[in-house]
Amino acid sequence: MGKYILKRLLYVLIVLGLVSLVVFYIINLPPGSWVENYANELEATGSPADRSELDFLTTRYGLDQPLHVQYFRWIVPLLTSGDFGYSFEWRQPVWSLIADRLLLTIIVSLISLVFVYAVAIPIALYSATHQYSAGDYFFSFIGIIGLATPNFLLALLFMIIMLRVFGVSPGGLFSPEYLTAPWSPARVWDLLIHLPVPVIVVGTSGTASVIRILRSQLLDEFQKQYVITARAKGLSERWLILKYPFRMALNPIISNIGTLLPGIISGSTIVAIVLGLPMTGPLLLRSIIAQDTYVAAGILMMLSVVTVIGVMLSDILLAWLDPRIRFEKSN
Amino acid sequence: MEINSMPQSAVVNLKTEPAYEILSQRQLIWRKFKRHRVALLSFYALIALYAIVLLAEFFAPHGAFERHSSHLLSPPTTIRFVDAEGVFHLRPFIYRMDNELNRQTFQREYVEDTSEKFFLKFFVEGEPYKLLGFIDSNIHLIGVDEPGIFLPFGTDALGRDILSRLLLGSRTSLFVGLLGLAIGFVLGLFFGGISGYYGGSIDLFVQRLTEFLQSLPTLPLWMALAALVPAEWTPIQVYFGISSVLAIIGWTSLARVIRGKLISLREEDYVMAAHLSGVSERAIITRHLLPGFTSYLIVYLTLAVPQMILGETALSYLGLGIRAPAVSLGTLLQDAQNVQTVTLSPWLLIPGGMVILIVVAFNFLGDGLRDAADPYRHS
Repeated sequence: MGKYILKRLLYVLIVLGLVSLVVFYIINLPPGSWVENYANELEATGSPADRSELDFLTTRYGLDQPLHVQYFRWIVPLLTSGDFGYSFEWRQPVWSLIADRLLLTIIVSLISLVFVYAVAIPIALYSATHQYSAGDYFFSFIGIIGLATPNFLLALLFMIIMLRVFGVSPGGLFSPEYLTAPWSPARVWDLLIHLPVPVIVVGTSGTASVIRILRSQLLDEFQKQYVITARAKGLSERWLILKYPFRMALNPIISNIGTLLPGIISGSTIVAIVLGLPMTGPLLLRSIIAQDTYVAAGILMMLSVVTVIGVMLSDILLAWLDPRIRFEKSN
Repeated sequence: MEINSMPQSAVVNLKTEPAYEILSQRQLIWRKFKRHRVALLSFYALIALYAIVLLAEFFAPHGAFERHSSHLLSPPTTIRFVDAEGVFHLRPFIYRMDNELNRQTFQREYVEDTSEKFFLKFFVEGEPYKLLGFIDSNIHLIGVDEPGIFLPFGTDALGRDILSRLLLGSRTSLFVGLLGLAIGFVLGLFFGGISGYYGGSIDLFVQRLTEFLQSLPTLPLWMALAALVPAEWTPIQVYFGISSVLAIIGWTSLARVIRGKLISLREEDYVMAAHLSGVSERAIITRHLLPGFTSYLIVYLTLAVPQMILGETALSYLGLGIRAPAVSLGTLLQDAQNVQTVTLSPWLLIPGGMVILIVVAFNFLGDGLRDAADPYRHS
């Protein structure tokens, strides 16, 4: 097991190294840079920019150097001192800009993941044990719609319903009085009561796909000999399902985190933009449009880190649950 | 539902038809596919939809960029059979909507002018257009005489007819999906093919590459890539650009499917037999291996289209995808960004319904094809 974890860790490090290269390259690919745009803009308004500041930024980040030099000037401070660089647009270090938003993104994503499983597992169990019943058809229908509705449309619909039915605007993750307050139990509570809308919106498509997979897994397992044997032995139906087929069907569900988590992080990005949540999504969109290189690269990097580490944890969990995988992968 | 009725129909077939008949693989697949009614319905619906959007200018009652300045944010026109006096007309008609100031609330609202009826007519002359890009015409399928104005889905803030824009936008989104798919297909076939056929270190490399791409959050990456499409590109170039962006990440799952299928087929006895009889590698791939998984390819291609369409819609909605003046389902939904506006003019959300319909239809079609792809399997 230790060897397996070590291997996975090494793999994650290599992947993250590649991610940093790809991210940095993509972000820097569009022609021009923020500093140039900014200088041109100020030039146009008739008040030329502060040369010394522009020069400082240019030399600090080596903007006049080739791309690989720029990459090392970005990645080395990041690794050695956690310095993500400087936001041209916001005029502050990137880390102080994204830290809070990243934390909220992780919280919302994790709670969405829990929501997905908490909702999907009971529904799938019900649908599989009541195949072709009215309830099964109902959930299948909801699932089909849930998979087909774009996240942002769902977010919009939620906002409209909240506005029309309850007369409140559901934007934001905090009430105004807690927006900038330091963390406290009251602020956490305030966050919790604001969470349902984003969590439901982010979790819907994931829930739909997990229901689909788990339902068909369970139906497959129900056909197997051991279920018939257990039934013939006289086991109670509930105990039988939970003890055997359900446990068998759970493995693919855990390995499914690998596809679910990137989806949830993607979903939370666009939902945060639509609902105006103080998460990484809106900042990423803004920084990409404004060519605020280090903010965009920092956010993309951190979102990938969260996803890759999450997937690694699910792999380790799976290996711990299922000795076959542990054995196969360490050899 | 269909599965339950299968054994019965098999029994009936035995009684009424000759003892056996010979069907080709293709006929077997079609037969099994037809049993999946929803999939069949989706199949015909999608064909109809592609045909309609290709001839969008003809089916649209107005030009997509034509502004009806007296009808800004007008609600959809009600099609009526019974007039204000309670008389029934067999032929549907509409009333003209006029923008009036409500004296009680002092808000502008649309009121039907019931003094004159405008009957719906086929093949009405209207805004000129070029059908399929080269046939000059000004005939629109449905319309009414002047000064009546037929706006079945209402108008946007600039007074443009939503139905006409919806048809044009669906065309963009439906074909961006196909184009992205075509690019992704080539990539997936190439990488999946070499990794499945040659195996070894090439396989390992491609495997790691797809795993790597799949473990990244798609949308943020798409956003970054979409920003690479230069602002000065023409709509056609943007179109290709966005399709490529979608394809760069979209090919991975296809490559995995192809690899898996190739690996299992490679071990089949008939491939070994072909090798032993001295068939060239190229012939083995094209004559013996490809036919073995064409049906699977079609299934996965069908299921990949909606992902592309959803991606395009999301990117365009964020302003990073298709840009004005080009119209797509995503850009149409940009008009619905402001919650206040949408609450007052809910018809701006109609393009969202269209997205859902298209994606649902493709998903059903894919499901039906998946069941039909292996006609010998009985589930």
